[in-house]
Amino acid sequence: MAVKTRVKMPAQDPLLRIRNFSEVALGYTEEMAIEEASRCLQCKDPVCQKGCPVAVQIKDFIGLIRKGDFDGAIDKIKETNSLPAVCGRVCPQEEQCEQSCILNKAGRPIAIGRLERYVADRALARGLTVPPRPASNGKKVAVVGSGPAGLAAAGDLVRRGYQVTVYEALHDLGGVLIYGIPEFRLPKKIVRDEVEILRAQGVDFQTDVVVGKTITVDEIKELGYQAVFLGTGAGLPKFMDIPGESLNGVFSANEFLTRINLMKAYLFPEYDTPVKIGARVAVVGAGNVAMDAARSARRLPNVEEVYIVYRRSEAEMPARKEELEHAKEEGIVLKTLTNPVRILGNDAGWVTGLECHRMELGEPDASGRRRPVAVKGSQFVIEVDTVIMALGTSPNPLVSKTTPGLQTQDWGGLAVEEETGLTSREGVYAGGDAVTGAATVILAMGAGKKAAAAIHEYLLGK
Amino acid sequence: MFKILQRRDLTPITKLYVVQAPLVARKAQPGQFVIVRLDPRGERIPLTIADYDREKGTVTIVIQEVGKTSRDLGRLTAGDSILDFTGPLGVPAQLAEKGIVVCVGGGFGVAPIYPKAKALHAKGVEVISIIGARNKDLLIFEEELQQVSQEVLVATDDGSKGHHGLVTDVLKQLINSGRKLDEVIAIGPMIMMRAVAEVTRPYRLKTWVSVDPIMVDGTGMCGACRVTVGGQVRFACVDGPVFDGHLVDFDEALRRGKLYAEEQKLANERAQREVH
Repeated sequence: MAVKTRVKMPAQDPLLRIRNFSEVALGYTEEMAIEEASRCLQCKDPVCQKGCPVAVQIKDFIGLIRKGDFDGAIDKIKETNSLPAVCGRVCPQEEQCEQSCILNKAGRPIAIGRLERYVADRALARGLTVPPRPASNGKKVAVVGSGPAGLAAAGDLVRRGYQVTVYEALHDLGGVLIYGIPEFRLPKKIVRDEVEILRAQGVDFQTDVVVGKTITVDEIKELGYQAVFLGTGAGLPKFMDIPGESLNGVFSANEFLTRINLMKAYLFPEYDTPVKIGARVAVVGAGNVAMDAARSARRLPNVEEVYIVYRRSEAEMPARKEELEHAKEEGIVLKTLTNPVRILGNDAGWVTGLECHRMELGEPDASGRRRPVAVKGSQFVIEVDTVIMALGTSPNPLVSKTTPGLQTQDWGGLAVEEETGLTSREGVYAGGDAVTGAATVILAMGAGKKAAAAIHEYLLGK
Repeated sequence: MFKILQRRDLTPITKLYVVQAPLVARKAQPGQFVIVRLDPRGERIPLTIADYDREKGTVTIVIQEVGKTSRDLGRLTAGDSILDFTGPLGVPAQLAEKGIVVCVGGGFGVAPIYPKAKALHAKGVEVISIIGARNKDLLIFEEELQQVSQEVLVATDDGSKGHHGLVTDVLKQLINSGRKLDEVIAIGPMIMMRAVAEVTRPYRLKTWVSVDPIMVDGTGMCGACRVTVGGQVRFACVDGPVFDGHLVDFDEALRRGKLYAEEQKLANERAQREVH
């Protein structure tokens, strides 16, 4: 039997979308959703669900869409996932549920993410519906960080009757969903709506509190919180340690994206925060953050050319395929097998170019990918006036330094028990990028849920 | 929201605010700063803590109206509120335990010198303060520093009070007077801190400076505030803002400080138009 093709997702035309920050993928219509859902085989053993870090009951919610029961579908998703409109957009479904889908054998897995997004958006569009608030069990739990790990933990804990306080260092809620992922990939309205639902369920959010500075983990416990979940996120941006990185015009992707997303620098001077960017921009790195930075730069009015500079080849790029495709459609130029060795500047200290080596791929390295090796005498200069380093982050020590007895892994991430997220301190749990290093939204959410379950187990006997 | 309990105009362009921020006050130490944001479209700016009162739960900041946000802040008064007031951030200053410490403050940098001088004085360390401004009307915190200093030496650019010239002239005289000085703490414009470091370098007189780079989040996330110290890149927000003045690459820091000069000018002009 021939497998029908996936229902395509409508998207903004690339030529138009590089002039705005509005969402690129436009979402299914009701007809499209039902058509796509009708392709689902409703397997007896739904292997897709095993690919989901938060165990969404995929078979059931798609079954409900097939019947046109969209309210039932969203309720089903929400049983295990507190942020479906976010996950439907930013999860790497191709490596998770959709990879496991039986129809993927024919290369045409059910578009689970798009369906999740459709029912979540449909529910949000009809106004925020708040699941009933369970009776309080009188126990207090604190969550540090309002990113995906923290929100997932908070959602599950409040549903179990805990009194939950979320401490956030920044002035706005959502962590990387707000400061990192651009508007055109995840509209901030969606994040706000999801946060408001949690607030309505009883989660108390405290912004402008930097745990480790304003208050320590031990002081939080003294306030009567019986358990603490640390979802503090990735941390300090890495640089290459090459000459010229302090020149004006060199940013970390974190800084660039924070200015654009959190501070709305693309709307300067309507918003106070500016972002200084030249006409020719090089983004170094090829992960999702690099794609976000490159595509954000592409949308700024004075930018003419954006390069992704990466020392391996396109096949090794860690970004989601979809992001890479979108970037290419938007005219971003890939400079692969290219390794920066020096940033050049003018007398005034501004960037004028990026000196690179050409690379070729040699033997596989520890990561299993072929190791890039510099070609002798291959130096050349890419003329740019802005360089954005998207090389990942190293752990922020604010919490680990101020929490006695909290153990870290040798690279600085928090050390936890795999199954529960329990740290070396009793009653203190952790998950997300603070534990794993930079990963995905859904893995962070999965860790938040796992820790919430473990915290519940721990506090049952208390 | 963080309520302004008191405003005091120190000079026509320098204003002091006492802000209700009990969590920040409880933890604040000399050398630390807060990040302030005034309205939903506002920028986040770092401001060094000028004083704090743990019992009353208040934190004092001093601003000079130079940019859009400091000017907007300058329009607020007692009873108004500040939208975001986050801290205390940065590493507390390591203060000497004994001996003689010279506290050099220039312009509105005199304000953040005060909590250090006060803490040193409380430990029994002898404090000599040198403060400077363009003219006598722009001098701030002189009385407060009198309370915690052995002596307060004044320099003004126009000679309207104290030494006619720079704080570094006074510092040189003090060093040459033969008194045994143990440390120098300098806070003020980057150019002043560089000059102080150059004066003390030949004497190997330990000199702490408090850098004031561009910041966005202030918690180590963005790296905008990177400063080269002793050949190493440091983040002022989590590694500083206090560094060894003899190791800071001031030329680079000055250049990086001007990154958004054009945008600041644009925002200022726009704000001017709105006022008129």
